Amino acid sequence: MDILSTRGLDLWYGDNQALKHIDMDIPERQVTALIGPSGCGKSTFLKTLNRMNDLVPAVRVEGLVTYRERDIYAPGTDVTWLRRQVGMVFQKPNPFPMSIYDNIAYGPRIHGVRSKARLDDIVERSLKGAAIWDEVKDRLKKSALSLSGGQQQRLCIARALAVEPDVLLMDEATSALDPISTSKIEDLITELKEHYTIIIVTHNMQQATRISDTCAFFLLGELIEFGQTTQMFSMPRDKRTEDYITGRFG
Amino acid sequence: MEQLSLHRRMYDRGLRLLLRLAAALVCALLAGLIGVIFLQGLPNLTWAMLTSEPSVIRNITGILPNILNTVALVAGTLLIALPLGVGAAIYLTEYAASHRLAAVIEFAAETLTGIPSILYGLVGMLFFCQKLGWGSSIRAGILTLVIMILPTIVRTTQESLKTVPQSYREAALGLGSGKWRMIRTLVLPASVDGIVTGCILAVGRIVGESAALLYTAGSAAVLARSLGELLTTSGGSLTVALYMYSMERGKIEVGFAIASILMVLTLLIDLSAKLVGRKLRRN
Ligand SMILES: Nc1ncnc2c1ncn2[C@@H]1O[C@H](COP(=O)(O)OP(=O)(O)O)[C@@H](O)[C@H]1O
Ligand SMILES: [Mg+2]
Repeated sequence: MDILSTRGLDLWYGDNQALKHIDMDIPERQVTALIGPSGCGKSTFLKTLNRMNDLVPAVRVEGLVTYRERDIYAPGTDVTWLRRQVGMVFQKPNPFPMSIYDNIAYGPRIHGVRSKARLDDIVERSLKGAAIWDEVKDRLKKSALSLSGGQQQRLCIARALAVEPDVLLMDEATSALDPISTSKIEDLITELKEHYTIIIVTHNMQQATRISDTCAFFLLGELIEFGQTTQMFSMPRDKRTEDYITGRFG
Repeated sequence: MEQLSLHRRMYDRGLRLLLRLAAALVCALLAGLIGVIFLQGLPNLTWAMLTSEPSVIRNITGILPNILNTVALVAGTLLIALPLGVGAAIYLTEYAASHRLAAVIEFAAETLTGIPSILYGLVGMLFFCQKLGWGSSIRAGILTLVIMILPTIVRTTQESLKTVPQSYREAALGLGSGKWRMIRTLVLPASVDGIVTGCILAVGRIVGESAALLYTAGSAAVLARSLGELLTTSGGSLTVALYMYSMERGKIEVGFAIASILMVLTLLIDLSAKLVGRKLRRN
């Protein structure tokens, strides 16, 4: 079952075409990795999936993007609803300048959760879900900015989980972290895919092979190859994919 | 070698002496100014003067009406300029779809902050006092001051909004937050120190303004019996009273008394701007 699909997706920043006719079907409850040299359009593609591109002035999108069979660029689409379903974790950890508790409760509060008991419950479950509960449970009222980089990133994952999304987009979510934090988050991603569909952008080939089921290789705004990760890394169909994953460029 | 280093040492010492002299001169000027004003002003400042309405017939000198006029001007101006200015700044930085338009408005605001205040007074007089037929009145003064400080409030607010990291906005919108909610819960709290500091400095400008008010709010010193009367009749601010007493009525000692009040107010305003800014930044 495919949860997100694109057909003939084109995207321009002004006159610069950043995505060229992308057709992709993203399977549910799997980890899909987007790889490719920097500037090839991975982040741009990721952001078309929850319309974070709307924030960029002079961006133009053509083609079809569907989430559970709904055209998410159709007029009248509720973007806040979409972003609740399709959550995002950014490259640099970006906790809000508030307490750990309020960071996690931010999303649920937006969506109308008022009861203290329910918020407490959501905060605990989300922090456990992001494997950081034990480290912060005694200081929920402390500022989130006092956490280490790796903890902050897991906090951001917990914050994203707190709104009970369906899909989680992660744009190089471990590239700013040390190896130990990175491996914690990789383990976490592997656990999360039981309940969530996860799409990650990564520069790290080992990471892509370790945690992804499906892999997409982008080059200069085009989708060159898309398929099973094991297949792509053992027998790439395209010469350019092979060159990239064997480190010949990029 | 010996010669050179001696030369350099002399040069160094000379330069340091000059710099020290310059610093001392600046300090002496400041201390002298404050000293003269307080020495001449404070002895003439009496409780009776602060709390009474002046009367030529009964030979009473009082500046209570001027104090109240100044309070009314500050309060009225802020009441209008603050929501308007902060609102415009939020619109320009957070909502405006056309960045060209926003840039043009920002440039205009920047230019307007540099215009001498007497020009605002002139325009205010022509429009509010004459065209609208309001005559010299506190309300004409308030609206003139609103126009005068609006660009400052818009600019300082915009500057502090721009210091809020874009990543906060992205994270909030990414969680499905609406724009206004994001602004209210993240952007404004993170920039409130700058906004408050800007406002306090605007209060300083209003308290110190004279030229624009002489034209528009007038110079009367009568206690109004109602808020309506206060707003619609002529009323001199403390700065205008300072001018009237020292230049028109030849009571230079009253002028100095008012000057010392203004001095204390200015110091308090600057100090509170610093304290509030620091306090809010820490939280
Ligand atoms: N906000 C933007 N405005 C204009 N051009 C952009 C913007 N973001 C990305 N681009 C351009 O789009 C192309 C793809 O960028 P991006 O999606 O960030 O690549 P990647 O994430 O693969 O490194 C690049 O040529 C980049 O310069
Ligand atoms: Mg990128």
